[in-house]
Amino acid sequence: MRFAVAEDAAALRDAAEALLAARATPALIRSAWPGAHPGMRDVRDVWRGLAGIGVTGALVAEADGGLGLDENALPPVLSRIGHSGLPVPAGETVAVAAPLLAAAGHPALPDVLSGAALVTAQLSTPAAAGVLVPFGQTADYVLLRADDGELRVYERGELEAAPVAAVDGSRRLARLLARPAGGVPVAAPADAAAGWERGVLAAAAILVGLAERMLAMTVDYVAGRRQFGVPVGSFQAVKHRLADAYLAVEFARPAVLAAGWAQASAAADAAEQTSVAKVLASDAATTVAKAAIQCHGAIGYTTEYDLHLFAKRAWALAPSWGSAGWHRRRLAASLCLPNDGA
Amino acid sequence: MDLTESPAEQAFRAEARAWLEANVPRPALPSGDTREGFAAHLDWERALFEARWSVVSWPQRYGGRDASLWEWLIFEEEYYRAGAPQRVTQNGIFLLAPSLFEFGTAEQQDRILPKMAAGEELWAQGWSEPAAGSDLAGITSRAERDEAAGGWRLYGQKTWTTRGAFCTHLFGLFRTDPEAERHRGLTYFLVDLRSPGVEVRGFERLDGDEGFADVFFDGAFVPERDVLGEVNRGWPVAMATTGSERGLTLRSPSRFVTAANRLVELARSGTLDGDLQDRVVQSWIEARAYHLFTLEQVTGIVTGESPGARSSLNKLYWSELDVRLHETAMELLGADAEADGPWSRGFEFSLAGPIYAGTNEIQRNIVAERLLGLPRA
Repeated sequence: MRFAVAEDAAALRDAAEALLAARATPALIRSAWPGAHPGMRDVRDVWRGLAGIGVTGALVAEADGGLGLDENALPPVLSRIGHSGLPVPAGETVAVAAPLLAAAGHPALPDVLSGAALVTAQLSTPAAAGVLVPFGQTADYVLLRADDGELRVYERGELEAAPVAAVDGSRRLARLLARPAGGVPVAAPADAAAGWERGVLAAAAILVGLAERMLAMTVDYVAGRRQFGVPVGSFQAVKHRLADAYLAVEFARPAVLAAGWAQASAAADAAEQTSVAKVLASDAATTVAKAAIQCHGAIGYTTEYDLHLFAKRAWALAPSWGSAGWHRRRLAASLCLPNDGA
Repeated sequence: MDLTESPAEQAFRAEARAWLEANVPRPALPSGDTREGFAAHLDWERALFEARWSVVSWPQRYGGRDASLWEWLIFEEEYYRAGAPQRVTQNGIFLLAPSLFEFGTAEQQDRILPKMAAGEELWAQGWSEPAAGSDLAGITSRAERDEAAGGWRLYGQKTWTTRGAFCTHLFGLFRTDPEAERHRGLTYFLVDLRSPGVEVRGFERLDGDEGFADVFFDGAFVPERDVLGEVNRGWPVAMATTGSERGLTLRSPSRFVTAANRLVELARSGTLDGDLQDRVVQSWIEARAYHLFTLEQVTGIVTGESPGARSSLNKLYWSELDVRLHETAMELLGADAEADGPWSRGFEFSLAGPIYAGTNEIQRNIVAERLLGLPRA
């Protein structure tokens, strides 16, 4: 037994963390919001930097130009990307699409590995008119699910879609206007399930990173902000709120690592463990977001202060890839619980 | 990451499981926090000791198996899985013993640990006093030097002492330097409750069991050799003991994983609305989350890290998940919830969790100040 991040996964995490700390600033996140300049250009530069250290090919075999790691490597590096707030479909590209494109021999793989191309995905519902696609305005490729469960990849231009204003503007949502035609199949329904589970794991890891970031910002703020002549962080009401936030994060983080291990080792309960991770991560991120805004006071309810950039990402990701409630219902089914309400 | 068990660990699990299946008393014993139940539990403790299962992680010379921390976790899993009795020896074995291993002299270890392992001497914890609960450093019970006799004489009162009326010994803090700063004048004593000058009076807890006691000291003598650590340096020893109480050693994850599995079984027997189904699943998730948290923690401990203030995270999580789990069970039972039984008793006992081992309000202060670095008031 050894419950600790392996050396190769830690090395990837640390390299990504260093790059992100230097380059993925809140100003960079803001530059990807609608109407801001220079749009996605600088964000894509940072993504190419991450690709340069191997992030995009983490799950792609070395023979295909990747690092040849397994799902154990996803939580550490993706939680750092979540922590940075970098507005890209990181989980979709790294955890879901890259290994599927490699397995299918799709010609976009080199561009995905080099960081030149971003792939988004919407696998929660079959692709049809009305479905929202995150990064649907900006990603180069879009991975969608057909009615029969098959996954197909489309060039963005192939899809009929319209931009949609979003709570987190940097997510650049688009709504499909029609059931997509064309595309290239990359996964039969049987293989699609593993891709979905990796997407859930990735979202959970990113949510943990977002929660850690918001908590750290709040701890810094309440230690410095003075009222009644003392730091507001010395008040028990504030301390207890943040202790609860920390508790949620510290119990979600190991569950996400364990889900990565369960997927990598094809454990019989990998899907259960993945749902456990997503429930804890979604709930931790929304709990921390709420506590963070409250403990900041009014400055936390502004857009000039950076907290909202991370809170809005958390609100977008918590319900994606199956909300906490969805995953609890999936677990209820696997635990054979009766439900007279369903 | 490697969450698989080695062949040796699998063999250890199989041996523990086979012994427990053959030996766990059926039907279950009456509560160990009552007089007759306590006696039955002592028989069980002796059976555990004779088969060398009472203190698996201790050295063999004290009756243990030199088991690793991983093997200890496996034993705990099997213990709860088998529905084995509560450990009435837990305050000695799980709380005092880790501090004895860390701070005790060889003489103290050799003298005290074998009898503790065998259930011959039973230890109660003497922290709280009528006017000092959360504020442990505010205790006023005191020890005065008796040079002629070569030791100390104790005065004062301890209270809410778990199973105090059934135990033979007590470990506790007493003030030895009334002039010193309040954390610095305290000494950790090991006291024989059968000594003259000690009076123990049991009283009922909320659940109706005589699980609490007041312990009065009026000049009871403690020899020099029964000071654990140094005179006036009892605080760090007590903090090590409370770390064990909050953390892994007292409340291993299997306790809650087993309870959550029983909750799922209870839920399968009826119909559930969506909200109640959610709560059952959430309890199952939280028990699992505590289990995974401890796996990471044990990895840290075996590679030389000390959990330190992080044991407050354990305590907050296990105590509050236990309350939620039992509240959900009460809701599932509906009208039957008021009948005396394992679930209603478990519910009542769960409410003690956020109080004992340092109230959760104190734990949140510790988390905020020592783990998050927020300023002290």
